[in-house]
Amino acid sequence: MAELLLIARLAGRRVAFPAARVEAVVELESITPAPCAAPHVAGLAALRSRVLTVIDGLAALELSRETAAAARDAIVVPCDGHTYALIVEEVEDVVEADGPLAPLAAPVGAGWERVAIGTVAVDGELFLLVDPHLLIAGPAVQAA
Amino acid sequence: MDELLNDFIAETRDMAQALSGAIVAWEAAPGDRERLDEIFRFVHTVKGNCGFFDLPRLEQLSHAAEGALAQVRAGGRVPDTALVNAVLAVIDRIGEIVEALETGESPASADDSPLIAALSSGPAAQPTAEAADAPEPETKRTIRSIRLSVDLLDRMMSGVSDAVLARNELARRLRDAPRDVAIEAAFERVSACIAEIREGITRTRMQRIDSLFSGLPRMVRDLSAELGKQVRLDVDGGDVELDREMIEMIRDPLTHIVRNAIDHGIESPDERVAAGKKAAGTLRVAARQAGNQILIEVADDGRGIDGDALVRTAKAAGLISVEQSERLTPAQKIALVFTPSLSTAAEVTAISGRGVGMDVVRANIERIGGVVDIDSKPNQGVRLCIRVPLTLTIIPALTLSAGGQVFAVPRSAIDEILRFASVRIDRVGEAEIATVRDRRLPLIGLAALLGVESAIPREEQKIVLLKPAGGEVYALAVEAVHDHEELVVKPAAPAVMAAGLYAGTTLADDGSPILLLDPSGIAKRAGIVFSESDIDRALHDDTIAAEAARETSLLLFRGLDGGRRAVPVALVERIEDVPVEAIGFSAGKLRVAVGARILPLVGCDAAPAQGKLRILRLTDGASEIAYGFAEVIDIRALVLDLQSASAPGEIAGVALIDGAQVEMLDPHWLFAAYGDEPAAGSDSSVCALPAGDPWIDNMLRPLIESLGYRIARAGDAADIVIALEDDDVPAHPKIVRIRASAEGEGGIYRYDRAALIGALSAAKGTAHG
Repeated sequence: MAELLLIARLAGRRVAFPAARVEAVVELESITPAPCAAPHVAGLAALRSRVLTVIDGLAALELSRETAAAARDAIVVPCDGHTYALIVEEVEDVVEADGPLAPLAAPVGAGWERVAIGTVAVDGELFLLVDPHLLIAGPAVQAA
Repeated sequence: MDELLNDFIAETRDMAQALSGAIVAWEAAPGDRERLDEIFRFVHTVKGNCGFFDLPRLEQLSHAAEGALAQVRAGGRVPDTALVNAVLAVIDRIGEIVEALETGESPASADDSPLIAALSSGPAAQPTAEAADAPEPETKRTIRSIRLSVDLLDRMMSGVSDAVLARNELARRLRDAPRDVAIEAAFERVSACIAEIREGITRTRMQRIDSLFSGLPRMVRDLSAELGKQVRLDVDGGDVELDREMIEMIRDPLTHIVRNAIDHGIESPDERVAAGKKAAGTLRVAARQAGNQILIEVADDGRGIDGDALVRTAKAAGLISVEQSERLTPAQKIALVFTPSLSTAAEVTAISGRGVGMDVVRANIERIGGVVDIDSKPNQGVRLCIRVPLTLTIIPALTLSAGGQVFAVPRSAIDEILRFASVRIDRVGEAEIATVRDRRLPLIGLAALLGVESAIPREEQKIVLLKPAGGEVYALAVEAVHDHEELVVKPAAPAVMAAGLYAGTTLADDGSPILLLDPSGIAKRAGIVFSESDIDRALHDDTIAAEAARETSLLLFRGLDGGRRAVPVALVERIEDVPVEAIGFSAGKLRVAVGARILPLVGCDAAPAQGKLRILRLTDGASEIAYGFAEVIDIRALVLDLQSASAPGEIAGVALIDGAQVEMLDPHWLFAAYGDEPAAGSDSSVCALPAGDPWIDNMLRPLIESLGYRIARAGDAADIVIALEDDDVPAHPKIVRIRASAEGEGGIYRYDRAALIGALSAAKGTAHG
């Protein structure tokens, strides 16, 4: 069976996330800031009795430090015992991939390079496949 | 069937674990019938169970061990070392096979016949009368229990947390809605049920620390045999309860510490005898609960840590400079043992030289909010003390806000809360110093530290005095202090923890997330330097004077008579205000009831007429005394130049501090004169008790006697009369009535220990004062 993908808009691009890594899609009501935390952490939010660490997708890509105030759509991703909410501009759909993962054919830019695991085709259209765990890890990983 | 097999595996594993202590004890005293029976029961149970499951290897092994042990039980055989080793080997093999069953792999060792052969050989013994006559042991009482997976418990816990949040939400909605008594009553019931369930679930997470200690005897036995050392293990406090997760977190550090103690601490029997010690070393592992902390102490009587050798190694490794090394206090030298990549062992051994150092031990303990202290005396041994919070999950906390956002602070770290107006603030360079009752404390603005805008003017802010574990008090300015809450704390994500300011996350009653602040992280980030015990900071701090090594940290205070006195800070457990009602005169001494304890009270001749008395609780580690005083002046680190007093007494001598004479208390004299003396004497207060009531005779009487009362004989005039609820007693100025039920009016509930002690000590005060 072909891999299920979650298509979302992040930093103005439509990208694909492996749906298996995504627990849910939520609309965040309010975000509690976490001062002095890593720059790509937008704050904390609650999902029932769980605390989600909100990751600002733009900051994680080091494309922009500003979160669009309107962006409240987030995908919920468990990682290493913690649960994260990854803010994206818009969640579109869950679709089936046409075929297997293909390696990157061209340089995709510094921010994207770090989080992309390849490209994948859906209905003939090519999407960048992004590993949410790499987004969560943030820019610090690159420095290490 | 699978489920039954799983139960069998889990049960066998638990039994084997619990048994290891018994085996070692049996080896030390082969005549110990009780231990023998315990081991016999184990193999017998295994044998019985595995016949049912068709596990031929287990059956053979347990059958052979049972046979050999049965011979010993019948007196037909003496348990010698060969037999003990053989039995141990069989039990180990059983454990191995059981583990293999669980994982579905085939066990590493396949041939059991040498083990079985080892069991059967051995000298037959003369039946001894003792063994033959020993009665059949009572079968152990069975405890009704079931096995649950930890996952299920965690799910229940989070379910209850959800329920609590839902209840709080409902409570808010109800407050806004028009009042309806019936609905409110129903809500109250639901509320009470949830609270009860929550408490129950919390309890299920607690485990006796025994499960951590039970593996120690076996480990000590194996290690000491391997190293050719003799070690006597002394374990105490196994019934202390601790969060299950916490026990797992402590397991590795504790194992490492014990290994270290046996490998590096305790000498070989020859060395020990040459040093004038007993050939067998002693290793003491003890746990006790102190407030909301658990103390685990590991002490050996070995050679101790060579602080100078540590300094040499650290210098050689370039970890500290020559200049720094000269300024280290003896305690700091020993604390170097926690420095990463530093090992004292001349050669790395198989036992403890496994690349895991004491630095990892400390890091692991600190990760769960604990502290490790080390103390070592050359040739007398090392004492390591681990202090960890009672539970990882629920902590009492205070919520406060900064920059309009709510944060929580662990209540254990809070010393005091003050209004801004009541505190004098001085700006010294870029720093601010708050002066609280003549104590100068660094002031940190929480909003500024977090880089957020403060929402309200300074004058309306509050100051919280924080004392982080292992650090010194500092003042934190916050916008508002809200409420005390019991918070379910979870670790925060690494990207949040990286700030170094937070200890975890939690959810407020309205379901919004709250960050739990880490008091020592805040101090560290604000760059406050103190705590002479912290080697890392001391090493990087160039301001420590060369004299620091000889300095004593002193608490300066004003006595009730107005005199300036001082006492070493290390002796002060805490400062407390006690109501005068808690002070009483008994057995020739003033005593004060603090919580459920009675402490001798020194420093004043009589209780003040009314209000409160401020006391210093001084401790020498074993006993405690209270010292009444008027106010704290300052805490100073000083090199003492003491003019000794002419005669021994409460005052050891006089020192000049800031140009004024200060009397130094003589703690040794105080403890010798007041600490822990048996409470008795000719002038004991006399207490009359109702006759013929077993509860009074067995439960109350010892308590009353321990408070220094003498029990009235017929015809004695009594200072205080204890009466049961409905007894008729002759009129007396002091009658304490005891009632049998917790609910009710008048008198004191018979198990309300604190109230009883309070009433008794208050009665004493008036009887003699």
